[in-house]
Amino acid sequence: MRLAQHMAVASERVRATAIEATEFPELSRAYRVMAVPKIVINDRVEFEGALPEAEFLSAVLKATAA
Amino acid sequence: MAILSAQNVNQIRDLFGELRDPVKLVVFSQSLAAADLCAQNEALVREVAEVSDAISVEVLNLAIDRERAEAYGVTQVPAIVVEGARDYGLRFYGVPTGYEFSNLIDAIVIASTGEATLTDATKTALAGLDSDVDIKVFSTPT
Repeated sequence: MRLAQHMAVASERVRATAIEATEFPELSRAYRVMAVPKIVINDRVEFEGALPEAEFLSAVLKATAA
Repeated sequence: MAILSAQNVNQIRDLFGELRDPVKLVVFSQSLAAADLCAQNEALVREVAEVSDAISVEVLNLAIDRERAEAYGVTQVPAIVVEGARDYGLRFYGVPTGYEFSNLIDAIVIASTGEATLTDATKTALAGLDSDVDIKVFSTPT
C-alpha cells in the first residue's frame, strides 16, 4: 500500500484503496485473492507481493495503456 | 478501553511531528452492515485523531449520506477517507490494524505534507498520466 498511496498523493489521477481481505470476503473472491498483498490496477493488471518502485510503476502504466 | 498502547501513541506523536496542513479522516459506517467492525474502526480513528490537533474526524453513514459516499467513491463499510489539502484518493476498507495501521499513519502524514516519497522518474511518469488509475491493495493484518 505504501507505494500506491504515495502515487495517489503525487498524481490527481491515482486513487489508492487498501482493502482488509478477511473483512471483505466477497470482494476478495471477486478479485481472486489467494495471497496477500495482492494489487489490482484498473481491474486490468494484477500481481501478488511487493514490487520495487520501477516495476510497480510499469504495472500502473501497463494498466493505463490503450 | 484504549486500543492504542502508550507506546503506540508516542510513536505516532513522533511521526505526526511532520504534519503541516490539516487532515480530515472521513469515516463511513453502517450499523446494519457491520456494526462491530464499524464501531471498532470509529474508535481507532478517534484515538489516532486525538494525538494531533491537525487531525479532525467526520463520521458518515453509508446508507444515509449517499451523495457523499458517491462523491468519495466509497461502496463498503467500514471505510476511511484520508483527506488533506485536497482529496488525494486515499481510502481504507476495513479496520486498519497491523500492517495497514502503519499505512494509515503514513497516509495521514503524506496527506498533510502533500509530499510523496518517490523517485523523480516515477513522479515524471505519473505527471504524464492521461487517464485515471485505481489501485486496490488487498492485505491481511498479519
